[in-house]
Amino acid sequence: MADTTEPHAPPARASRGFFQALEIDTRLLGMIGAFIVLCLVFHFWTEGRFLTPRNIFNLTIQTVSVAIMATGMVFIIVTRHIDLSVGSLLATCSAMMAMTQTLITPEWLGLGLDHPMTAPIAIIVGLITGVVIGAFHGYLVGYLMIPAFIVTLGGLLVWRNVAWHLTNGQTIGPLDGTFQTLGGINGTMGETASWIFGLIATAAAILLLLSARRNKIRHGFPVKPVWAEAVLAGIVAAAILGFVAILNAYEIPTRRLERMFADRGEVMPEGFSAGYGVPYSVLILIVIATIMTVVAQRTRLGRYIFATGGNPDAAMLSGINTRMLTVKVFAIMGALCAISAVVASARLTFHSNDIGTLDELRVIAAAVIGGTALAGGMGTIYGAILGALIMQSLQSGMAMVGVEAPYQNIVVGIVLVLAVFIDIVYRRKTGDG
Amino acid sequence: MPLDSQTRGTPLVEMRDISISFGGIKAVDRVTVDLYPGEVVGLLGHNGAGKSTLIKCLSGAYHADAGEIYINGDRATINSPRDARRYNIETIYQQLALADNLDAAANLFLGREIVTPLGLVDEAKMEAETRKIMGRLNPNFQRFSSPVSALSGGQRQSVAISRAVYFNAKILIMDEPTAALGVEETRMVAELIDELKKQGIGIFLIDHDIHQVKELCDRASVMKNGRLVGTVKVDEVTEDDLLGMIILGKNPAQAA
Repeated sequence: MADTTEPHAPPARASRGFFQALEIDTRLLGMIGAFIVLCLVFHFWTEGRFLTPRNIFNLTIQTVSVAIMATGMVFIIVTRHIDLSVGSLLATCSAMMAMTQTLITPEWLGLGLDHPMTAPIAIIVGLITGVVIGAFHGYLVGYLMIPAFIVTLGGLLVWRNVAWHLTNGQTIGPLDGTFQTLGGINGTMGETASWIFGLIATAAAILLLLSARRNKIRHGFPVKPVWAEAVLAGIVAAAILGFVAILNAYEIPTRRLERMFADRGEVMPEGFSAGYGVPYSVLILIVIATIMTVVAQRTRLGRYIFATGGNPDAAMLSGINTRMLTVKVFAIMGALCAISAVVASARLTFHSNDIGTLDELRVIAAAVIGGTALAGGMGTIYGAILGALIMQSLQSGMAMVGVEAPYQNIVVGIVLVLAVFIDIVYRRKTGDG
Repeated sequence: MPLDSQTRGTPLVEMRDISISFGGIKAVDRVTVDLYPGEVVGLLGHNGAGKSTLIKCLSGAYHADAGEIYINGDRATINSPRDARRYNIETIYQQLALADNLDAAANLFLGREIVTPLGLVDEAKMEAETRKIMGRLNPNFQRFSSPVSALSGGQRQSVAISRAVYFNAKILIMDEPTAALGVEETRMVAELIDELKKQGIGIFLIDHDIHQVKELCDRASVMKNGRLVGTVKVDEVTEDDLLGMIILGKNPAQAA
C-alpha cells in the first residue's frame, strides 16, 4: 500500500560519496569508463598505434557523420518512433547537393566552377531537401497514423533509389573546393584558431556552471560544495583543452605543406611544421550537439518531446499538439541527415551511390548504446554521441588489429545487444525507469 | 426532475442535452447536468454508463455530437483541452495524466511552462513555484527531483491536484481521484476537496463509491446506459435510493 508521504526525509547531503557530490550521471561515468577501457585495450593490442594524435584525429572525423544523425535519432526514439530511412535520406540530400554544385550552379546559373557561392547554395538545397522529406515522413506518421517503422522502411527503399535516379547512377565529383573543407582533413582550423576555440569553449562551459549555481542559490535550492564545482570545471577544461592539444599535435605532412606553400606561390621555410587542429566537421558536430542539448533540456519543444515519450495521453490532455510534434521531430531528423550528407560527401570528395548505406543501423545503435530507451521517454544527446564514438572506435580498432570485416560486424552486433542488456540490468538495480 | 436552480442564479457550468456516439452506440444520450460555485456534484453509474465520456466533452478530450455547454451562462465552445483550460476548467484524470519520466515541476507546468525572456524553460523558477504550492497542499512532499514514476499514489495525486490549483481552476473535474489511494491518502484528498469548495470552485466528482459520494458531494447525478436517471441532493436520499438509481435506473422522486 502506498504511503501518503515519505516517512523519512532524504539522507542529508553531507554523507555522500565523491561522485554523488559531483552530481554526474553514473550511466555517463559507466560509458566513459567502458570507452577508456576499449581504447586502452586497442592501444596495447596495436602496440601503441591506437591512441596516437593521427588515429584520434581520424577516429574523430569518421564519427562525425553518424554522430550528427544520432542526436536526431534520440528525439525520434524518445517519442516512441524509429527512423530506418536516415542512410537513404542522406544519399538523396547528398545527390541533390552534388547535382547542384556540378550542374546547376556552374552551368544553369553560369557561376562556373569553384565560385564562392557554390557551397552555400548547395548546402541550402540539401537542407531544404532534408527538412521537406523529413516533415513529410512526420506527416505520414503523425497525421495519417502510419507506423513510423513502415513509413521509414518505405523511405529506406524510396530515397536510396531517388538518389540513384537523380545522378543517373553515376558517381558525381569532384565536389566544390569550399564544400570539401567541411569533410574533415581537407578543412581544419589550424593550431592558433583551435587554441582560441578551445579557450572560448572552456570559458563558456565554466560560465554555464557558474550561472546554473547562481540560479539555484537565488531560489534557495541546495547546491554542490564549492570543491565539487571546481573539480567539475577542472575536468571539463582539461577535456576540452586536451582534445584541442591532441588534434594540434597531428602534424600536416611536409610534402602537403610544401604543396600548400607552392599553391600560394611561396617557398616553404626550412624546418617549418604545422598541426591540423580542429576540423570544421568536428566544429559542426560540437555546435549541433550544443544546440540539440539546449533544445532537449531548456526548450518547450524538448519538454514536449520527452513528455510525449513518457506518456502520449498525458501530453495530449495537457494540450500538446502531439501530431505536429511528430512532424517537427522528423523534420529535425531530416535537417540533420542533410548536414551529415554535407560532411560525408565532402569527406569522400565526391557523391557515390552507396553513400550512407547501413548508416540507419549505425545511427540507431549509437543512440541505443548511448542509453536511449526504445520504450520512449529517455535518452540524452551526449550519450548518443558517445555511443557513436564507441561504435567507431570498436570498428577502427578491430580493423587496425587486422580483424576481417565480417568478424568486425559479428563483434559489433554482439556488443550492441550486450550494451542494451547491461543498461537494462543497471536500470533495474537503480530502479530508474 | 426539476432542479432547484432558480434560487441560486446562474450555474457555473451547464451541459445541456449532450449526446455523443461511437460507431453507432450512443455512449451519452441527451444528458443535462449543471454545477454551481462551491458545489460538488457527483456523477454516479456503472462502468460504461457514460459518466467519463460525458465529462470528457467538458474537458475537451471529446467533442459532443449534439448539445450545448454554458459556462457562467454564456455559450462555450470547447474543442480541445487547451480550450477547456481557457475557461479555467482543470481535469484530474483517473489514470492521472502524468508523464512518468518527468519530475513533479515538469508535470505541474506541462503545456504551460514558465519561460525566461530568451524563451528557454525556466527550471529553477518552476521548481520554486512547485515547492510553494506543494508546501500548501502536501507539506510532507520532498521528492522534487525524482521522476513521478518513483512517487507513491498519494504523492502522484497531489502533483495532479496541485496542477489544477496552481492554475486557478474555477471548475474542477475529478475522475475517481481516490481509486488508487489508501485510507490516509483518501482522507487527505477529501480535506482538499473541502478546502477547494470554500474557495468557490465547482467540482464534478466521478465515482463508483456511493459512501464516498454521500460524504463528499452536495448533489449526485446518476447515469445508466448513457442516459441520465436523475439528479438528487445527497442529503435527501439514502444509500439504497442511490443504489436503486444506479442498478435499476429507478428515480426515487418519481417513485415517491
